[in-house]
This record gives sequence, structure tokens and C-alpha cells, in this order.
Amino acid sequence: MIDVFLTALANILTLQHLGYMMIGVIVGLMIGVFPGLGGIAGLSLMIPFLYGMETTMALAMLIGLVAVIPTSDTFASVLMGIPGSSASQATVLDGFPMAKRGEAARALSAAFFASLVGGLIGAVVLTGFVLIARPVILAFSSAELFMLSVFGLSMVGVLAGKSLVKGVAACALGLIIGSIGGAPATGEFRMVFGVDYLYDGIPLVIIGLGLFAVPEIVDLLRRDRSISEHTTLGAGWFDGIRDVARNWWLTLRCSGIGALIGAIPGLGGTVVDWIAYGHAVQSVKKDPQFGKGDVRGVIAPESANNAKEGGGLLPTLLFGIPGGGAMAVFLGGMVLLGIQPGPSMVGSNLDLTYTIVWSLALANVLGAGLCILLAIPISKLTLIPFKLLAPFMIAVICFAAFQATRSLDDLIVLLATGVLGVYMRRFGWPRPALLIGFVLATQAETYLYQAVQFYGWEFLTRTGVMIIMGITAGSIWLGLRARVSEATPAEILAVEARDTATGPAANIRARGAQIVFALVALAFFAVGIHDSLQQSFLGQVFPLIMASAGAIFTALVLVLLVVGKPNHVVSSDTEHEAQSEGIPLRSTFGALLWVALLVALTALAGFIIALVAFFIAFLRLRAKASWLMTAILTAGCTGFVLTLASALNMRFPGGLLQDLYRLPWPFS
Amino acid sequence: MTVKSLTRRGALGLFAAASATLTLGAPAQAQVDFSGRTIEWIIPFGTGGGSDTWARFNAPFLSRHLPGNPTVVVVNEPGGGSTRGTNLFAQRARPDGLTILGTSGSTQFPYLLGDPRVRYEYQDWSVVMVGPTGGVAYVSPSTGVESIEDVAKLQGQRLVYASQGATSLDLVPMLAFRLLGFDVNYVFGFGGRGDGRLAFERGEVNIDYQTSSAFINNVTPLVEEGKAVPLMSWGVLDADGVMQRDPTFPDLPILEEVYEMVHGEAPSGPMYDAYRAFNIAGFAAQKMVALPEGASDELVETYRQAWRDVFNDPEYLETFEAALGSYEQVTDGAADALFQAGTTIDPEVRAMVVDMLATEYNVRLGE
Repeated sequence: MIDVFLTALANILTLQHLGYMMIGVIVGLMIGVFPGLGGIAGLSLMIPFLYGMETTMALAMLIGLVAVIPTSDTFASVLMGIPGSSASQATVLDGFPMAKRGEAARALSAAFFASLVGGLIGAVVLTGFVLIARPVILAFSSAELFMLSVFGLSMVGVLAGKSLVKGVAACALGLIIGSIGGAPATGEFRMVFGVDYLYDGIPLVIIGLGLFAVPEIVDLLRRDRSISEHTTLGAGWFDGIRDVARNWWLTLRCSGIGALIGAIPGLGGTVVDWIAYGHAVQSVKKDPQFGKGDVRGVIAPESANNAKEGGGLLPTLLFGIPGGGAMAVFLGGMVLLGIQPGPSMVGSNLDLTYTIVWSLALANVLGAGLCILLAIPISKLTLIPFKLLAPFMIAVICFAAFQATRSLDDLIVLLATGVLGVYMRRFGWPRPALLIGFVLATQAETYLYQAVQFYGWEFLTRTGVMIIMGITAGSIWLGLRARVSEATPAEILAVEARDTATGPAANIRARGAQIVFALVALAFFAVGIHDSLQQSFLGQVFPLIMASAGAIFTALVLVLLVVGKPNHVVSSDTEHEAQSEGIPLRSTFGALLWVALLVALTALAGFIIALVAFFIAFLRLRAKASWLMTAILTAGCTGFVLTLASALNMRFPGGLLQDLYRLPWPFS
Repeated sequence: MTVKSLTRRGALGLFAAASATLTLGAPAQAQVDFSGRTIEWIIPFGTGGGSDTWARFNAPFLSRHLPGNPTVVVVNEPGGGSTRGTNLFAQRARPDGLTILGTSGSTQFPYLLGDPRVRYEYQDWSVVMVGPTGGVAYVSPSTGVESIEDVAKLQGQRLVYASQGATSLDLVPMLAFRLLGFDVNYVFGFGGRGDGRLAFERGEVNIDYQTSSAFINNVTPLVEEGKAVPLMSWGVLDADGVMQRDPTFPDLPILEEVYEMVHGEAPSGPMYDAYRAFNIAGFAAQKMVALPEGASDELVETYRQAWRDVFNDPEYLETFEAALGSYEQVTDGAADALFQAGTTIDPEVRAMVVDMLATEYNVRLGE
């Protein structure tokens, strides 16, 4: 055993190994900073160099790349409210409000330091765990995995915001959107309406961007100022590190959660950040400010998502089952290098396994260290007037969205989910609840079906299932006591205090917009129910139950909206708040139209031409920038996108023009 | 939808016209030269999967042996079970040799089954290389089977199989088990064969198959521990179009042999024809490299020559087994034979399979 450790250590601590790892880290950092680009883009950049390299060196480079992605995507989450990848969606909830408060540097350094600690703890946990991992992983059958999905769904109780009824309805919305595409049990296609794009289901990254990034951009455009409310960046990076040190116990717990959940194949890394975030909300007693810029809401998901990568290595190495996108890339790279995953990785190749696990930890340290250094200069972005930043951000989210399947449909769905996100935000429908439902829809359905097939309903009496059930029950109980609220009770009272009249008629007048939104949601559930009735029993049972539950809860929301007292928690409209605060706001439609403009131009003339036209139009008409400024910014953004695209050999979605004429790259 | 496909068709007409002019000009150029050019190798699958790894392994060798040493880049266009990227290739690729396609069994299957999402036609293309692979079926000793001699014991037992879907590559074992008269309960919704193997190790399923390299790395240790019993391999197609034992597993019988053990006669009939067609499309001719419609004879010959040279490259010979398994990739006549066998199916056999999938597994293809 000791000599295995020593061999692995000797492998890692050579200058060559560290050098190649650093190359991987730097490449990964440059790519990961860009939302939507991740390990996959990095790999295609790196593959040509892997040839002829010595196995451990090539491996070091690959690991450097994989390790830094969940760290570097935090930049976009915190600074712009754009979830860079599925691993940093929960970070947006508190990271972005901190940036708005002028604490971007603090939030970033806390995130990176938490990532660093998380990665290291993950490696420590794994060093011991790797030896018993095979039986433990095998103990998680479909029954346990189903129960774990239920546990994930129970986090909705914590993240539901002011109104639990709306939380459940939003979660059901996510479950139905998540069930679009092939049914796991029968393969029949649900709610595809003959559209090719929907056959594969909607990509997670688009849901994340639409729900979180688009509404923030729209809101900032309406307010017309810089992201940070203050003109200086008050708290620096030292505060962030101190925050992590102060919350060392939380960091430790979340790292452990991340490593263990990451190690279970099938659940995927996509919910780890939410589970960690929910755990923080449940367990933090002292002055919780979650949802409004609580640094612990940044520390928890960030420490978990880096530890998760280490955990994800186990099923990849031991069983050849990649836990997520980054691990799939890593697995492909390993096979190219001639390393085959399998039981030998804990046998004759154990030293190689340790080399990989510890390299990952080391790469985490290098990556997080670099990111901390970059935090201060990059945070200055939040001081730029938003009208100059906005076209970049709109371009970035469109660019990130079409990384999903590289088609125009990505942008159209982005716009649609963006509109949904804007109104969910306005009417206090919790977006995290929808996201959790979406992420877990397929898993919950698949594992329930498989568990019943394999074990019958007796699967509920399996020991593992009972244990997870107990944890879930405890979590729900804790969660109901400590729910994240986007507004305080005082704010809720203030909102509608101006409306002194009561009774249904007055309610309908005051809450007309909210009622219309709830009716639209109800109609969507009706479509879901209608569609599921066309399917066979196994294909219909899950969406039918979920859509019915969603319809019932939405109906409840409607009833409460119509007959509820003026200060009832179910009623929420940020427009009223803004009005009562007297903030001048531009129209929501205007802001959304700008996003729509880029999408429409792309549909006509392809992305690159659309980008240039959009930049000129926005900067001249909306930002009222001078021609010189317009030229510089347009050329800068286009040049950057082109450089990136040519380095990564990327194609842009084409429009009508490309359908009619064959144009040279980059217009093709 | 109709408007969209109309414009597509219009665009297609334009492309056809454009490519016609191009091919007219082609014979003047005696030698194809790709100096300084970039060749896009479309892979209709995501990064990190089997097809992607296969292409990324081959790409540098192709680059080395094509005239002018062009850069060969792998372009991933996943979606629609590989139909999206393949449709894109069929619709847009010009026959100038700068765009090639890499397909897999999952591209061949929807084509053979008549999936409505398929808007590509294999017979329009020139297939210049075929990469075969193999697979092995195995059972749990809990079935009472200790070797293939006990195969009769499997009949009449309740067998459980973890499937990725009735129209995936798992259609091949499904048809095989059917031919052997096994009563198999298929549990769907598995993400990959790796997940299926995990279910086998947990004891949730008692019959499974793995592709050759996964079998060697992950199931052989189980066989040695007495936790798995290999049953049969899918075999390889010889030059005369006859199924032979897989040289990687010379001791394992192929389905054709097991069928004879069970039924006392060589397999025949539409069900066997279906098995054979999908087995070849899914394994013996799993990976194909295709040039688009209208590719000139020179271009096809240039690519064939490049592959011949790749197969003789000492570095290739040294490394391909570790990355791809011990199946030799082929070009020329051998590739043509596999291509033809792997992309044609008797319409009646197809109708029978589609009907079986619809009535027994609720698969609706012709929506």
C-alpha cells in the first residue's frame, strides 16, 4: 500500500508532470471562463497534442483541463448571473446579488477558495473510499437511485421561496418540461409536436441560461446602470478567504457531500450544487440572507462541485461509466491513451488511480489559485455601465446556448425559456424549483420504473431505500423550518398595502397579470395531460401524475390569488415593489425585444452577420454610443468570437441566407 | 414544418447544381491535393463516446497519409440518435473531399428501420473505410448455466436484460435471444452498456452483452471469479459473406452455432434474416467513413489509398489494438461488401421487425 502511495506521489511531483498539468489548467481556464464552453471544447483543442506524448504527461494535461472547468465557470455565474455550466447554477442565487452589491471580488475569492478546499477534501475522502468503492457503488441500485432523486426533489421545499404552493407547481412545470422527448421505459416520444429538436429533450444549459441569465439581463437593461450598485469594489479577495475559513465546517460538509454524490453513477453531478445549497440553507442558523447575497450560498455549492469531480472519477475509472460531460471527455481521452477502465484500476493499476485522484486535487489548487489572482481585475467588469456591457452579454448567452446542439432551435428555445424566466421572476415563482424538477425528471422516472421492474413495489423496504427515505424526511422537516425567501414578510406587506380594497373583484384587478401567468401555466399542464393520454401506460403514467399534480397546485395558486387577503404570500409582483420604491423602469418588452432581435437576425443571416448588425443597432440606438465606440466594441466582440471559433473549429448556426447561398467561413 | 422542408429542398437543388459544376471541372485535375486545407470529419455523436474516440484515433493517421497532409478535424454534431448530424451531412456536404462522415450502428439502425427523422440515403454515398467490432453475450451462474453446453436450461426461465432501448444496438441481442427461444424481460431506460453491466453485477439482471473491449476489461474478471458465464459472440463476416467465429474469442460459438445446438438445424427464415442484417449493421460494419454524393472516382481512390497507407503505418499497427480492440479496419472490396451488407434489408424483413417493435415494445416509428 505504502509503495503504491509513493509511486503515485513520485509520478505527480515531477517538474514535467506539473508543467503539463499547468498547460491543461491554463487552457481549461481560458475556455471555462466562457459560459457554455467546457471540457468538450477544451478536449478538441488538446487532442492533437496528446499524440506521441507519454501517458502520464498526457493524463496530467487532461486532468488539469477537467479540474479547472467547474472552477472557472464561476466567473460568469457571479459577475453576470449567467450559469456557466450545470455545476454552477446554484452559485448564481447568492453570487450575483453579491456582485450587484459591489462585492464581486469577495464572492469570487470565497468561491475559488471553497473550490480549492473542496477539491483537496474530495481527494482525501477518495483516497480511502477508492478501496471500498466497488461494493458501495454496486449497493446503489435503481431503487436507491430513485430514492436519491426524491431526496433531490425534496430540496424544492427549501428553495420554494415565499410560497410553497408555487414551489410545487414550478417543480411540476420542470418535471413536465424534463419529460419532453423519449420516454425511458418505452422510447415513445412525448410532447415533441413533430419538431425534430424536441426529440432529444431540451438541453439543461438552455434552461439554466433562459431561467437565470435572460431575466437578469432584462432587469438590468430596464434599470440602466452598472451591475454593481456601488462605484467601487468594497470588499476584496481577502474577505472571501476569511469567509471560507469562518465557515470551515460548512465547507467540509459540502465537500464530503459533493465527493460522495459525485461517486454514485446515475444521479449525475447536475444536482450536487443544489443539494449542497439546500443543505446550507437548512443548516445555517446565524442570520441567513440566502437569495439576497449570502456568502455561504456561494461557498456551499462551490466546495461541493469541485469535490464532485473527484467523486465522478470513481465510476469512470472503476466501471467505465462517466458521471457527467467532463468525465465522458476524460474517459474518451483515457481510451485514446490506451488506458482501459475496469477492476484493474483498484488492482494492478492502483498507483495510476491514485496518480489521477491526487493530480486532480493538485490541479484544483493550481486552477483555484490562478482564479483568485484574476478575481480582482475581472470583477471590474461589474462597474461598466450596463448599456455597454449588455450587447456582449446577450451575445455571450446566445453563443453559450447554441453550444448545446449548434442549431438555431437552441436560440429559439432560449428565448422562450427566457420569457418564462422573466415572468417567473416577476411573479415570485421559484426558478430553482423548476430547475430541480427539470434535472431530476428523467432520473426519477427511469429509476422508479426500473426499481419496480426489478424488485416490485417491495423495493421500498430495501435497507438503503429506507435510510435515504429517513434522510429525506429529516431534510423536508428541516427545510420547512428554514425556507429561502426572496423577500421578507415586511416587504410582502409593503407590496400590497397600497391596495386597501379587498374581495375577489379587487384582487382580480390588482393581480390581473399574475392570474394570467398562472392560467398560462395551467394551460401548459393541460397540454401535458392531453399528450400523456396519447401514450401507452408506461409512457404516460409519470407525466400524467406530474401534470395533474401541477395543475392542481396551479389551480390552488389561482384560487389564492383571487380570494386571498392583500398580504397573502402567494401574491407577488416585483413591478408593484418597484413602483412603490419609485424606481424609473424601462419596459420589459423593450429589453426582451433586443434579445429577440439577435435571434431573429441569426435566423435570417446567420450568427456572425447577425452579431455585427445587432451590435451596431444596439450601441447606436439604445446605448447612444458614438460611431467610434460602436466600431471598436463591435470589432472587438466579433474578432474575439471569430478567434475562439477558429481555434475550436466551431460552426455557427446558419439562417435563411445560408440556406439559399453557400458562403465561406465564418458566414457559413 | 412543411415550409422549412421546402426551403431545405430548394437549397438542396441549388447545392446539387453547384456540385454538378464542380464535378464537371474535376476530371481536369489529375491529382487530388489537400495541401493547406482542413478536412472536417463529421461525427454525429457527442465528445467522449465510442464513435468520437474512434474518429479521434484515426484522424491524425488520415491526415498523415492524405496527399498534401491536410488538417483533419473531428466535428461533433450530436442529436436525434445521430440522425441530426448525418442529415446535416447529407444536406450540406460538397463532394470536394473536404467533408467526410463517420457513422456508427446507431446511424445505420434508424435508416434500416425507416425512422421518419432519417433524411439520408446510404446508397448515395461512397464508403471508403469500415471499422468492425464485436460483442459477447453472457449470463449469470444463478441461471444454472455453467457453459454453453447448458444453453437448453435458459429456455423456459425468466431472464432479465437491461436495455438501452428497443431500437438501439440492443436490438441485436433481442433478436438473438428470440431466435434461441429465450423468455427475456427487457427493462429499458439504461444509459449505456456500462450501466447494464452494473445491473448485472448487482444481480438485477441475469443476461447481458458487452462490446469486445468492455467484455475483456470488465467481464473477464467476473468470469474468473465465477460470477459470469460467457455464452456466445456475434461473430465476424468473412470475405464470402459467411459468419465466422470472432478471432478475439475463438473458443466462443457464434449465434449460428448455438441456434443449431438448440434447434438441430442451421438458422433460416425472416427472423434470422433480420438478426443477420442488424448484426452486420451494428457490429461487423459498425463504423463507416463516407464521402458525400457525387464524389469523383479520383477522390474515392485518393481516400482508399490513404486508408491503405494508414493500415500499413507502423505507428498505427502498434497502437490501434489498445485504442480500438483487435478488429482490423478495412477499405476497398472488403469495405464495400460490409457496407452493402450493413445497409440493405429486405422490405418484408424490415416490416416484420417494425411490426414486432410496435406490437411488443410500443415503438412507433412511422408517426
